[in-house]
Amino acid sequence: MAHGPAKGIGRWLFTTNHKDIGTLYLWFSFAMFLLGGTFAMVIRAELFQPGMQLIKPEFFNQMTTMHGLVMVFGAIMPAFVGLANWLIPMMIGAPDMALPRMNNLSFWILPFGFSLLASTLFMEGGGPNFGWTFYAPLSTTYAPSTVNYFIFGMHIIGASSIMGSINIIATVLNMRAPGMTLMKMPMFVWTWLITAFLLIAVMPVLAGAVTMMLMDINFGTSFFDAAGGGDPVLFQHVFWFFGHPEVYIIVLPAFGVISHIIPTFSRKPLFGYSSMVYATASIAFLSFIVWAHHMFLVGMPIGGELYFMYATMLIAVPTAAKVFNWISTMFRGSISYETPMLFAIAFVVLFTIGGFTGLMLAIAAADVQYHDSYFVVAHFHYVMVAGAVFSGTAAVYYWLPKWCGRMYNETMGKVQFWISFIGFNITFFPQHFLGLAGMPRRYADYALQFSDWNMISSIGAFIYGASQLLFIFNVIRTIRSGTPVSEPKTWEGAEGLEWTVATPAPYHTFATPPEVK
Amino acid sequence: MSRRASMLFALVFAPAISLAFMSKAVAEEAQRWAVNMPKGATPVSNAIYDIHMIIFWICVVIGVGVFAVMFYSMFAHRKSKGAVAANFHENTTAEIVWTVIPALLLIVMAVPATTALLDVYDTTEAEMDIKITGYQWKWQYEYLGEDVAFVSELTTPEEEIYNTAPKSQYYLQEVSQALVLPAKTKVRFLITGKDVIHSWWVVDLGVKKDAIPGVVNEAWAYIEEPGIYRGECAELCGKGHAFMPIVVNVLEKEEYNAWLAKKKEEVAAERDLAKKTFTLDELMAQGEAAYNRSCAACHAGNGEGIPGVFPALKGSAMATTTGDYAAHLDIVVNGKAGTAMQAFGGQLSEVDIAAIITYERNAWGNSTGDLVQPLDVLKFKQGQ
Ligand code: HEC
Ligand SMILES: [Cu+2]
Repeated sequence: MAHGPAKGIGRWLFTTNHKDIGTLYLWFSFAMFLLGGTFAMVIRAELFQPGMQLIKPEFFNQMTTMHGLVMVFGAIMPAFVGLANWLIPMMIGAPDMALPRMNNLSFWILPFGFSLLASTLFMEGGGPNFGWTFYAPLSTTYAPSTVNYFIFGMHIIGASSIMGSINIIATVLNMRAPGMTLMKMPMFVWTWLITAFLLIAVMPVLAGAVTMMLMDINFGTSFFDAAGGGDPVLFQHVFWFFGHPEVYIIVLPAFGVISHIIPTFSRKPLFGYSSMVYATASIAFLSFIVWAHHMFLVGMPIGGELYFMYATMLIAVPTAAKVFNWISTMFRGSISYETPMLFAIAFVVLFTIGGFTGLMLAIAAADVQYHDSYFVVAHFHYVMVAGAVFSGTAAVYYWLPKWCGRMYNETMGKVQFWISFIGFNITFFPQHFLGLAGMPRRYADYALQFSDWNMISSIGAFIYGASQLLFIFNVIRTIRSGTPVSEPKTWEGAEGLEWTVATPAPYHTFATPPEVK
Repeated sequence: MSRRASMLFALVFAPAISLAFMSKAVAEEAQRWAVNMPKGATPVSNAIYDIHMIIFWICVVIGVGVFAVMFYSMFAHRKSKGAVAANFHENTTAEIVWTVIPALLLIVMAVPATTALLDVYDTTEAEMDIKITGYQWKWQYEYLGEDVAFVSELTTPEEEIYNTAPKSQYYLQEVSQALVLPAKTKVRFLITGKDVIHSWWVVDLGVKKDAIPGVVNEAWAYIEEPGIYRGECAELCGKGHAFMPIVVNVLEKEEYNAWLAKKKEEVAAERDLAKKTFTLDELMAQGEAAYNRSCAACHAGNGEGIPGVFPALKGSAMATTTGDYAAHLDIVVNGKAGTAMQAFGGQLSEVDIAAIITYERNAWGNSTGDLVQPLDVLKFKQGQ
């Protein structure tokens, strides 16, 4: 066990070390984040003014599709798997993940999956252009000829997620240090355990959906083709049975991260640990039975509409409990505002706003106007960007000193926070207005009355995009030349086993399990 | 919403709105900087607006409360001010309270939300039916029982879209033929799609419903005020998604009846025209216009298509074999199942189809010299 990392490129290709694999995931995710961000910049640049200035509508559709796919499957999900790899073994006192070779495999197939996907941009017919929700028959009968690459890419990405989840479940259930009962596990571990079950449940459904597409396109079946007796609405049911839990897959680990950072910088334990666990579990359960709130306009019978409306509204209860918990944790704490805390607080504020618009969207009658408009775009960027990107950024600042034994530049971190926060809101807040006034989403061009808010939104997007360059600069600078730190505990108020090991965390930790009382 | 309430709305929703009030207060300016859903022109759009505002205000009140506590702690319990952390946690009473109160609020919201939805769904007792069919990338309107049907396409010219001409006031919101409806009449819409899924949305009518192949969805509108209402396709449907607007022209009942009578005469006249024999020049001129309207979106104005997606007609075997236009006629009239090539037989007049085919066989260097007459199209249609 005592050996260190191998030399050269082989270290990364053949590694079975959870920290190395975590690092790989995080860098991969960051690269995808920049790629997806570039697509977003293309979109916002085109929408800066009415009229087509830079690209053609068909390429615009490829950009919106690839932006969504790359961000959801390439940036956000791998980022949290990376965090899980780095942190879960250290948090539960395990020497590594339970299935280290599979861990290597689940990472290394990802670049292939995304290469397949991205390569289509350079082929005749172009990349996927049917939206990240790829509704049939636009994605089947009417898809560009490259759609098979998309399908295989999704299969690979899904396989990677499933393997990652199996690994996390096996690790958490079998490798906890003696004394660490389930109800003593750190929140991040809890949220990931539940997320992993969600992933295992729904990733095969996604695989099923794309397989049915593959059959329809290449083997003459008609799952989604009305002319052959199939039903395009079936596709949406299958997709959203995956897609709705997917949004919680993205956001639950973020809840976990925030539940570590807020107590640390409030110097006060999480207000209601067990209620947080139950709230997470209830959200996960509810996430399986609300999918058709994405489909209020497909012509469901009114009974179905009402059921999905009521069930969706219910999710507000455990979600509100979470927010109240974080705020009660801050209440009468001793709060300091380092960069991770700033991002965590912004997460709570922005996520709550996104939660409110989510509640509005749940009202099926009002959804007649909101559905497929920019109001929805604003809503899900409030929950996804705030939820995943702000919390992911918070996590990197928070644990980076532990990972590399160097402290990031606090001033630069704060500057980046404020630029991101302001840029984010300038980008997405006006999109509520655009949607309410009647601008549909996924529009390559728009009527003149939408010009002003679109221009403001684009300006915000450029600011927000630029702030990410500062982030990567700060991270690289920290790794190469940040001020060295060596106390096990970087933050005064931090709790948990990961803060008991040396800083920087040695290549192998907890070769003998710690005792948890 | 009263003026004051709308001011309040704007202020709560974003400080940035102040910008809007600094600029000229003319109606158009207000529309440009619109921040809220319009109330619209139908009972349904008003019901939706009301439920939207109810939920919005409930969220605002909760939000203000929650954020007040949060900002208070952030300010009062700062370490830099010497705050010492308390150590309380786990309080069952608090947790029950903050579970029960939101649950009660949800029940309060659910009641009006349910009534509003029942309203949206009440398509009974309609006085007339309009069938709406979504195509890539246009809408077809059929006045059921009246033998009137037409296709409504974007008329904004390419030059405006590609910025070589100044944009007109209704840029991307103008169509070849508006859907004409009578005021003060309960109209039922039967909405379907022919190729991919579209969604028919007119914000002022409070109507948005997916147009799905193989499914006929229902929606309704009772429009009090005559006027022009504009909308758009709301479901991603391919490259022309942003370019298939909706215009609804609502007339007083008598005017509407007059319009309908005139429309029926036009239909009859068009049928007669199909029996006439045209010259090549006539067909080429009409064909070019009709081609640009109905076919150029996919096959491109220069006939070259988009490689890998839409085939070129320029130089294609089907359009260049002199004398043999049966296959060409067949694919235009009947489309090709399982592809984006739709059946135009029911969308275009015989004259238009004949003109387009003649045009395609004699333009861009295709030089068959073939002349296809409307009567040929008619015979082909009748013969199948
Ligand atoms: C929504 C896109 C779309 C529109 C609009 C469209 N087409 Fe097509 N068209 C296609 C596609 C896709 C094909 C290829 C079908 C196949 O796979 O064989 C095609 C094929 C054709 C062909 C056969 C070409 C060949 O060489 O095999 C002809 C002729 C044709 N279209 C004429 C027209 C005419 C005339 C119009 C306008 C009235 C029109 N199309 C409008 C998509 C479109
Ligand atoms: Cu459409």
